Amino acid sequence: MQSLKQQWFGNVRGDILSGIVVALALIPEAIAFSIIAGVDPMVGLYASFTMAIIIAFAGGRPGMISAATGAMALVMVPLVRDYGLQYLFAATILTGIIQILFGVLKIAKLMKFIPNAVMIGFVNSLAILIFMAQVPHFIGISTMTYIFVGITLLLVYTLPRFIKAIPAPLIAIVVLTSIAIYSGVDLRTIGDLGSITQSLPSFLIPDVPFNFETLKIIFPFSISLAIVGLVESLLTSQIVDDMTGTESNKNREARGQGIANIVTGFFGGMAGCAMIGQSVINVKSGGRGRLSTLIAGLFLIFLIMVLGDLVVKIPMPVLVGIMIMVSVGTFDWSSFKYLVKAPRTDVIVMLTTVVIVVWTHDLSKGVITGVILSAIFFVVKIATVKIHQDNNRFIVEGQLFFASTDAFVDYFKSADIKDSSIQIDFSNSRIWDDSAVGALVKVEDLLREKGIQVEVIELDAPSKKIISKLQGMSSSH
Amino acid sequence: MYKHILLAADGSENALRAAKEAIKIASCNKEAVIEVIYVADFEKAKSEVLHSTSSEALNLERRQKISKIEQLLRESNISYKVKILHGTPGPEIVKYANEQQVELVVIGSRGLNGLQEMVLGSVSHKVMKRVNCPALIVK
Repeated sequence: MQSLKQQWFGNVRGDILSGIVVALALIPEAIAFSIIAGVDPMVGLYASFTMAIIIAFAGGRPGMISAATGAMALVMVPLVRDYGLQYLFAATILTGIIQILFGVLKIAKLMKFIPNAVMIGFVNSLAILIFMAQVPHFIGISTMTYIFVGITLLLVYTLPRFIKAIPAPLIAIVVLTSIAIYSGVDLRTIGDLGSITQSLPSFLIPDVPFNFETLKIIFPFSISLAIVGLVESLLTSQIVDDMTGTESNKNREARGQGIANIVTGFFGGMAGCAMIGQSVINVKSGGRGRLSTLIAGLFLIFLIMVLGDLVVKIPMPVLVGIMIMVSVGTFDWSSFKYLVKAPRTDVIVMLTTVVIVVWTHDLSKGVITGVILSAIFFVVKIATVKIHQDNNRFIVEGQLFFASTDAFVDYFKSADIKDSSIQIDFSNSRIWDDSAVGALVKVEDLLREKGIQVEVIELDAPSKKIISKLQGMSSSH
Repeated sequence: MYKHILLAADGSENALRAAKEAIKIASCNKEAVIEVIYVADFEKAKSEVLHSTSSEALNLERRQKISKIEQLLRESNISYKVKILHGTPGPEIVKYANEQQVELVVIGSRGLNGLQEMVLGSVSHKVMKRVNCPALIVK
């Protein structure tokens, strides 16, 4: 890993430029995710500011961008709706505390246990939910709304072919907001959904009763937020690791996300995490170091302080168009090939993850279900034991453990053995646990009752070890 | 003759043909080294990470794309190196070739990208225009 100095100042020019690009690209998303969560745009903007600044110092993956995100916004919708903003701040702080614990307990290592199928399901359901969240803002409002959404999409997809330095969404916003203002068309604006305060965030203590009742309300949300935030952050860090050909510290990142969320909660922001899209933009724009994340946060708040008045005039259809682009970019389009090519069980896990998330609107529930389901599939897969007979030798194929012992015992129960002595060959198998040892004893007893001599052969060292450990006192033959 | 030859590979048939030409040229000089580079495209990073079980598996997957070329090089007894770069293929090849001051760049005329085939290998076009050394584009 690079030295700290290298992480900060190894790429000053590239980091400053890319940080500015990211700040520009962050504004529409931070606002849109605030609207999804049902809070004022400032809550998402402040969160993006504090998340980026703190992560620049505390994160484990230089060059990765953290801010207010769609995945987190979706989780907090019911909390904001039923209990209000102050509970969201409290939940954000608790999310941070849980994430720090995850980091200390080295939970990041457990990420290895989240299979690809679940990850693919995660990004796909996130994309679907971001898209669904846009629907109420453009379906059946007015013809002009459709037209503006259409033009926005046209601009964001064609402009990058000609203009590479400035993010296309920003150009679309500037051009279409000007057109909307000067032509005076009747469109809903961001101002209709919330207000912009042109000031720095200030320290606050969430105005909630500090009792068990509050904890009971926020804890389930904080757990969900903590899981979702870490899943997306660690996935993003893998992507940035790959793009930059460098390594990162996953446990430090988990801790960093926690610290960033605690600070964010105390400064009136909503819980956030790393963003795949923005981090990719950052690396593509030349960002590599911590400085790029810091500049992104600083430039974002500078823009809000200077341009706050104009931001509220952005028409909603333009923001909707940009978010449709974000959801299309989030979706994993190679999933369709995956549906055909991947093992059937992986496909089921992926689709289940998507269905659970779209149904519950909670990404953490999808991830947990997906992980459990794939664990079950994995056990079923390796729990297949086959036995085939070669004269008086019975060759066992597959792992013998608690989930596979039934098949092993049943085979010998029903087998019609004519020989007076047989061998059970374990060269292609292994005895894993007490169930397996028990099953072996059971089979030996069973056969002995029928008057058949049993010899167990070709056990490997670990199998012998567990047998002698569990069966030390009684030798079977 | 050329000593330091850069061969840009992406796993396509064209790249394989380019490799054969590179080998012909390298055979003229006993000291010649062919440097095979494969650019992991930024655009595909997200999807590749999502679909691979680990970074080691992903690295193996990329190495497999140039395994045929490696085999050819071994069979022809040419000394070679393999380098996996990350970025946008065209500019990344150019940057690397210029930084390393290679003497010759060999590249297939068209890559794997189906869409870009219509615009006649935009990567090879870019490389041709911007490298500071001679470039050989193989049909």
